[in-house]
Amino acid sequence: MNKFKTLGLGILISFFLTISSNADSIKIGTEGAYPPWNSKDASGNLIGFEVELANELCKIMKAECTIVEQDWDGMIPALLMRKFDAIMAGMSITAERQKTITFSQGYADEVASLAVMKGSDLEGMDTPEGINLSLGGSDVKKALKTLTGALAGKTVCVQTATIHQNFLDSGDVGSVNVRTYKTQDEVNLDLASGRCDAALAAAVAFTDYADKSGKQVVLVGPTFSGGAFGNGVGVGIRQGGDDAIGKRDAKLLKDFNKAIDKARKQGIISKLAIKHFGFDASM
Amino acid sequence: MISSFPKLLGATVITLKLLSLSLFFGLLIGLLFAILRMNKNTIINKFAYGYSYVFRGTPLLVQIFIIYFGLGQIEYLRSTFLWVILKEPYWCAIIAFALNTGAYTSEILRSAFETIKPGLIEAGKSLGIPNKVIFYKIQIPIAIKQSLPAYGNEIILMLKGTSLASTVTLMDLTGVAKYIISTTFKPIEVFIVAGGIYLFMTYCVHNLIKFLEKKYGFQT
Repeated sequence: MNKFKTLGLGILISFFLTISSNADSIKIGTEGAYPPWNSKDASGNLIGFEVELANELCKIMKAECTIVEQDWDGMIPALLMRKFDAIMAGMSITAERQKTITFSQGYADEVASLAVMKGSDLEGMDTPEGINLSLGGSDVKKALKTLTGALAGKTVCVQTATIHQNFLDSGDVGSVNVRTYKTQDEVNLDLASGRCDAALAAAVAFTDYADKSGKQVVLVGPTFSGGAFGNGVGVGIRQGGDDAIGKRDAKLLKDFNKAIDKARKQGIISKLAIKHFGFDASM
Repeated sequence: MISSFPKLLGATVITLKLLSLSLFFGLLIGLLFAILRMNKNTIINKFAYGYSYVFRGTPLLVQIFIIYFGLGQIEYLRSTFLWVILKEPYWCAIIAFALNTGAYTSEILRSAFETIKPGLIEAGKSLGIPNKVIFYKIQIPIAIKQSLPAYGNEIILMLKGTSLASTVTLMDLTGVAKYIISTTFKPIEVFIVAGGIYLFMTYCVHNLIKFLEKKYGFQT
């Protein structure tokens, strides 16, 4: 009996020890399926721009961090349910999301683009190189009109719950046939198989896929930014509050903002961005 | 929670369409393979057994993925007329569901056929009724009655199985529920409403089978 008591006590103590040692640690959620932002290597380890950046930011904050994996479509609910404390998953800062969570300052920004398979009749659309939806103006209007005409009746594939889906749902390019997928990998697969006439995502997501798979995926139309596409990618954090946990979340936001400032000044973000994107996507 | 209800009800129509078409084709496949299973030819027999073994032995999700994403990778297939059907997620889902429920249905029907007392068939034979007529008028009706409870179970399993259609981009009840969650970030509320709708459909199927059992089943 005594043995069991000691054993029970030992388990209890080790349990409390784990809790207390976790008190200062930060759990960061990422998708692990959106290269080059975040992905996994062959043996299942999380890699990519945001995984390395997260480790650098934690070093600056002198915090112990663990990075955990979470499916994209459950990312924000999981944050709200406290499965982790921060999101670093290529998540753009949008007004829609800011109703539910808060964001640090942006650390990187990257344009979105349509992609098709080589030989598609959508190739060679007459549009400007890039449009910023926040600026508006006649150029943007004209480009959206061209896109509306070209995409009429086409099936455009996107990952679910992304800025890209929001844009297609917004009606800016008419009523296209939107098909949503759980991951960007599945979007790429169906673009290559021909089930999708076009796909919309971060431009690097397509160029990365084309590089790795050797498939003839080409970018078409303008690159998109602003408006539904948000204002860069930041760290998603729960909105702060007056209670102890809310205060901790508010402090976490401050710490991340400071750490991003420092990392930017030291050129860490630029360096990592060039390493993973091939160009300086930092902001 | 309440505002999501009409959207979810609209998606229920897709779920019911998937269910009814899969059950229809599944029943045909099941009947065919149940008959093949009882064939005395070993090759035909083994083939039918192999089909039911493979489709009952692998997860439905894997079957859908193989049919939707797997077949989509075969370049040759894309140039054939089959691609017209396989291009659509809707038909891919129905093919997967029908093949899956067909395997289970064939087992249900086979065991039902096997429980028919030989005396009943012998009685038909002694009256000079041709074998074909014995099959259609005696064996099939008894087998259907025998298999009703188990088949009712299969319908309910298939109803819940249709939720996997959302993994191949179909906007069925589960697909729309996930979509609403992706914009509202309220998983608990929306899934409870969706779950309630599934529960209600199961309730209806359950009572329909109970009614049929009472009407056509054996009173023992």
